[in-house]
Amino acid sequence: MPDSLLNDTPPPGPPPALALRGLAKTFGPKVAVNGINLDVPAGSFYGLVGPNGAGKTTSLSMATGLLRPDAGAVWVHGINVWEQPLEAKRLMGILPDGVRLFDRLSGEQLVTYAGLLRGMDRDTVAERVADLLATLDLAKDAGTLVVDYSAGMTKKIALASALIHAPRLLVLDEPFESVDPISAANIRDILDGYVASGGTVIVSSHVMDLVQRMCDHVAVIAAGNVLAAGTVDEVRSGESLEDRFVALVGGRNHSTGLQWLRTS
Amino acid sequence: MVAHLVRLKLALLRNSLRRSPMQLVGIIFGAAYGLFILVMLWIGMALLSTQDASLAALVITLGGSAVLLGWLLIPVLASGVDMTLDPARFTTYAIPMRSLLVGLALSSFVGVPAAVTLLASLGTVVAWWRHPLAAGAAVVCAVLAVLTCIVASRAMTAASMSLAASRRFKDVSGIVLLAPLVCLGPIIAGVSTGVTNLRAYLPALAGTLSWTPLGAVWAVPGDLAAGSPGTAAAKFLVALATAAALAWLWKASLAQALVTPAYNAGKSRAAGNTGFFRRFPGTPTGAVAARALTYWFRDPRYSAGLVIGFLLPVVLSFAGISAGTLSVLGYAGSLAVFLIVWSISADISYDNTAFALHVSSGVGGFADRAGRALACALLAVPLGAVYAIAGAILGGNWWHLPGTLALVLGVAGSGLGIASVFSAQFTYNVPLPGDSPLKSRPGNNLATVLVQLAGMAGMAVLVLPEAVLVIVALATGQILWAWLALAAALVLGALFLVLGLRLGGRIYDRRAPELLLAVSRNA
Repeated sequence: MPDSLLNDTPPPGPPPALALRGLAKTFGPKVAVNGINLDVPAGSFYGLVGPNGAGKTTSLSMATGLLRPDAGAVWVHGINVWEQPLEAKRLMGILPDGVRLFDRLSGEQLVTYAGLLRGMDRDTVAERVADLLATLDLAKDAGTLVVDYSAGMTKKIALASALIHAPRLLVLDEPFESVDPISAANIRDILDGYVASGGTVIVSSHVMDLVQRMCDHVAVIAAGNVLAAGTVDEVRSGESLEDRFVALVGGRNHSTGLQWLRTS
Repeated sequence: MVAHLVRLKLALLRNSLRRSPMQLVGIIFGAAYGLFILVMLWIGMALLSTQDASLAALVITLGGSAVLLGWLLIPVLASGVDMTLDPARFTTYAIPMRSLLVGLALSSFVGVPAAVTLLASLGTVVAWWRHPLAAGAAVVCAVLAVLTCIVASRAMTAASMSLAASRRFKDVSGIVLLAPLVCLGPIIAGVSTGVTNLRAYLPALAGTLSWTPLGAVWAVPGDLAAGSPGTAAAKFLVALATAAALAWLWKASLAQALVTPAYNAGKSRAAGNTGFFRRFPGTPTGAVAARALTYWFRDPRYSAGLVIGFLLPVVLSFAGISAGTLSVLGYAGSLAVFLIVWSISADISYDNTAFALHVSSGVGGFADRAGRALACALLAVPLGAVYAIAGAILGGNWWHLPGTLALVLGVAGSGLGIASVFSAQFTYNVPLPGDSPLKSRPGNNLATVLVQLAGMAGMAVLVLPEAVLVIVALATGQILWAWLALAAALVLGALFLVLGLRLGGRIYDRRAPELLLAVSRNA
């Protein structure tokens, strides 16, 4: 393990989009994240995969300044998230999972709110809100209250709120959950364009297929530890990502299964 | 299957008790209260039995009709009060309709309200002990009446199931229920003054009700005691028909509801109206204020506070009417201001995890505090001022105006200041977004109560200078003191507001992630 992974200093050279060092969090007796190290290169499309309860959401919350870590440090483009939070948060767009929205606002109001909260001027906000709503196919429901949106529409409006300030790093926790295939394809196009123009995207997911197709880098997290990290080809080493994931994480059930469920 | 449903209801009751000791305390209090009512009722019935039979018939018919009406209306207005055996949850199980109906009806008896109603209805038998025939009929009618109550409430629940699923209905019904609760005092006062006229009217009302589905079942024993079995039989038929019709309605709407899942087709509206966001400056503070103000009108949890704050001075000034002066309305206005202003001490708890947007966008603590305080002030201060002026006009005495305005401004400034600090430091268990404002959440322990009390005490201390000056003005009758109070309110109110926003902002900047973690535990 290189020295830079052991102490709490940012790695040398051009700073990665996101660097985690020794990040740890325990909730009571449960170790949620066990001192993980991770480098997300600038301009990469990075997938974070792991079984339920692996610590993905906790890690991403700590990386984005939403949850204070017990130990460890996070840098976004070389800026320490927990020492200079305002500067770091300006560079990040975040789509948290399992978090409510201000859902008594209309979709348009919510995205406007997200822009104004970040101190953007009103005209820029209005222009970008219109663009985002049109691109995400929400224009005709822009005036509807978010509480009346479907699950997929809610995801999309949250994504719009994360994009409004043109961040350099996008952190998306389960962005495709309950999103219909057409909207998912639209979102993938937006993200691909964003990465092509130099942005960095981190997505967490447990849909391996999606990650294998979409991402160029991947990290496998289980039980609060990083089991493997690197380019998708390195990590899967010839197998499909799904098979490799199952081999790494383990826990497949090889019994003969529910005999009585067989119809013949 | 019927036994399963009853057992399910029992298990739900037992588990809800196991969840927290507070629930147990709640149900013990509820049961004790029910028992108290029951004993009073039985004593009343025993007393009635010594009176003329027509009086007993009158009282039982009127009271019984009210009970049935309550069973009809409460489940609709207080949606979500007890949906533990919500029929919608049984859609995926293939339960025969007959078993489902009987099971749901019987399981409704498990619980304090139904048990109290049953025992109270059986209590009416006591009133007829001197008329054996009527007493026998009363037993039958009491059971039929309770069944009717339960079937009626179930039918209303099933019929309004699709309605109750709509958000707008939930929002409005919670607040509609609140207004009569707040106005209970004046309503009782009004009724008791009108009761002298009512004495002549009540028998006529009871006579009419006894032929309607609401009162028929309760009137049968009275008619038997009065020696008119024909009328009694006719009313019993009305009662039976009522129960049958309600059962049929219940079955029909349940069958309908089981095959049509609740679907909430809102009208989609295009862009172009950002509401308050257009009216406030395009800064983080302005945005927070616009969002908070939108919530005061759109989120029932906030609107309920607004409604209570608005109604309370009116309620209090009823006491003033009897004292012969309406100037009290002006002073009660500052109480409305206090209620509205103090409610933002739980603002972040009300945000729940939506607060993550504030944390992730790195909005500054001062901007967050100031925006919330601004929105609240825009509602509270004009409301207080209106009551101050209304008190002066209606009381016909402008002498009080400087003093009442001083209290309004003092309470608003100091209250917003201290609430801004408290909401950055403490979170509470409050109704979740979308819940009824009446719903109380378990888990608020003694510490949170103490924190609230400390906040209110702190606020009282901060407003003390204005309050003392106003009292001196009232005691000496010299208006100079009231003007001094107004000056003090302007200076101290502004000072405490700015200090509170500063300090609250600093605490917020330090603790924002911890606040988010605290509200996520309540999610």
